[in-house]
Amino acid sequence: MSAASHPTPVTPRTAQSVTSFKDMGSTLLRRALAGLGVVLGVVTLTFVLLRLAPGDPVEHLLGPAARPEQVAAQRHALGLDRSIPVQYTAWVSGFVRGDWGISIAKGRPVRTLLGDAWPATVRLVGLSLLLSYLLGIVIGAVQAHRRGSRTDTALSVTTVTLFAVPGFWLGLMLVMIFTYWARVLPAFGAAGLDADYLTSWGRFVDGLRHLALPLATLTLIGIGGSARFVRGAMIDLDAQPFVTTAHAKGLSPWRVTLRHTLRNALTPVVTLLGLSLPALFSGAVLVEGVFAWPGVGRVLVEAVQARDYPVVMAATAVSAVLVVAGNLLADLLAAWLDPRIR
Amino acid sequence: MRRLLRDRRGAFGAIALAAVVLCAAAAPLVTSGGPNTQRDIVATRFLPPLATDAYGTFHALGTDRFGRDVWTRLVYGARVSLGVGLLAVLISVTLGVAVGALAGYERGPVALALVGFTDFALALPRVVLLLLLAALWQPSTALVIVVLGLTGWMSVARLVHGEVRGLAARPFVEGAVALGAHRLRVLLRHILPNALTPVIVAAALGVGNAITLEAGLSYLGLGVQPPTPSWGNMIASGRDVLVNAPWVATAPGLALVLVVVACTMLGDAARDALEPSAVSPQLSAPRA
Repeated sequence: MSAASHPTPVTPRTAQSVTSFKDMGSTLLRRALAGLGVVLGVVTLTFVLLRLAPGDPVEHLLGPAARPEQVAAQRHALGLDRSIPVQYTAWVSGFVRGDWGISIAKGRPVRTLLGDAWPATVRLVGLSLLLSYLLGIVIGAVQAHRRGSRTDTALSVTTVTLFAVPGFWLGLMLVMIFTYWARVLPAFGAAGLDADYLTSWGRFVDGLRHLALPLATLTLIGIGGSARFVRGAMIDLDAQPFVTTAHAKGLSPWRVTLRHTLRNALTPVVTLLGLSLPALFSGAVLVEGVFAWPGVGRVLVEAVQARDYPVVMAATAVSAVLVVAGNLLADLLAAWLDPRIR
Repeated sequence: MRRLLRDRRGAFGAIALAAVVLCAAAAPLVTSGGPNTQRDIVATRFLPPLATDAYGTFHALGTDRFGRDVWTRLVYGARVSLGVGLLAVLISVTLGVAVGALAGYERGPVALALVGFTDFALALPRVVLLLLLAALWQPSTALVIVVLGLTGWMSVARLVHGEVRGLAARPFVEGAVALGAHRLRVLLRHILPNALTPVIVAAALGVGNAITLEAGLSYLGLGVQPPTPSWGNMIASGRDVLVNAPWVATAPGLALVLVVVACTMLGDAARDALEPSAVSPQLSAPRA
């Protein structure tokens, strides 16, 4: 579960036997079960929190002028007057069967609501994850290679600053510069108003232009974390005997960095990638708000404010599943990279 | 300590934080008027930085839409933002040390349950949880502190758990046990003091993190409520006037970045100074 803090060198892959793959299967099964537990926990916690809190979707729906009988009738119609355990069981069994209910605030099926929203979030979060790790690995590797140099210091100052910047503020600043001052990029939504009238190529370009600022925001912030981590992991490895050996063999310093140090540093990086999914997802919630990005984050924020129980429940459940799946995937990837974990 | 300050990062972090804390503590001395002082709104609103208004008051960072001085609000906002960050970390460190120490020192089902619970809590998406907790009750400063504290203890617990487990097997602890010391005494007097080094580092990083999250919540209107200034709700109030008064949102954001950078650098330097071998960069990596 934890990002391995003391990466050690990779042993040759030939030493693997069949049994280790069986072990890995049972490990995976255990992880998947634990993940299921996490999802169930998140869902239960959300359910309890929602019901503990003051405020009621029906009050939001009917407004302050509604008479108590009307509120009671609406609550009955929505099944909100049943006991909490009954509602909980009903929700869980419905969710598992694919019946996610109907949004109280919007009247649309929750599945349609989230089905429309999740591709936008996955596109944004997935791309920024990819970009921030690729760039972070490059920057971290350059820093570790030229450790102590001016380049290293300058990049360190840059990454620590990026790491410190709050996403929503960076988003606002980028909007200010690129939308209001330079007037080159749109700041709101995932497509222009005229998108339906564009050719498919025009729509693609329009989509890219709308993606640019939110993606840049999340990526820049991500680089701060990943570059710092890669640099640290690689410098940790520098003292390892296999690095000394590689140098002693007379390999060029860059070759040692790229083929020996970086390669071994990648295992914890991949684990971190999985661990940073919840953080990135969380960060996207705020950044989606800044850019009016039509993703799950925005749906969730609106639903929480309207006490839209079915939407909040489904959105949290889906994000929990995504996060758990991301962690599992990262574990698999780490095992593939580093046979000793298998 | 001296090693910490000789490190350029440590020196920068310490000086920057000291400057901010000093300004916040001496707020009435470095500002003119209170954070909510308003005069003729039409004449004093949206004054650019370095402007002097009709009353002869100088505004180093300009004024906001109600004609309030941005610098003054920034300084008073520092009290709120730093206070929230520090108190939240105090809660999470206390919780984290308690859970981690118990889980590391006890054996059997209690330890297993605590470890499992920590892992579970660590897997929760923090901002979603924050959003739920903060949006569901009436927003207030106290709620923000509690909510941030309750959602931030897990990494500390993990750290302390690892440290305590490692230390429990060391000869000096076995010695203390052999001398007949009470288990609690062994834990409190012999193990914990030696396990706290990484906690200090985590706390430094945690303060920066908590301040950022407070800003995020306040930005959504779920945190510190106006007119009390916090850096987060100042950024939120500047969001709608980005075009004609960009300084309103820029200034608190820059202050926030400065403080978080200072915390991070201080934390990095402290880690290197206190325990050069314990490099755990993952502490600082996943963040909103």
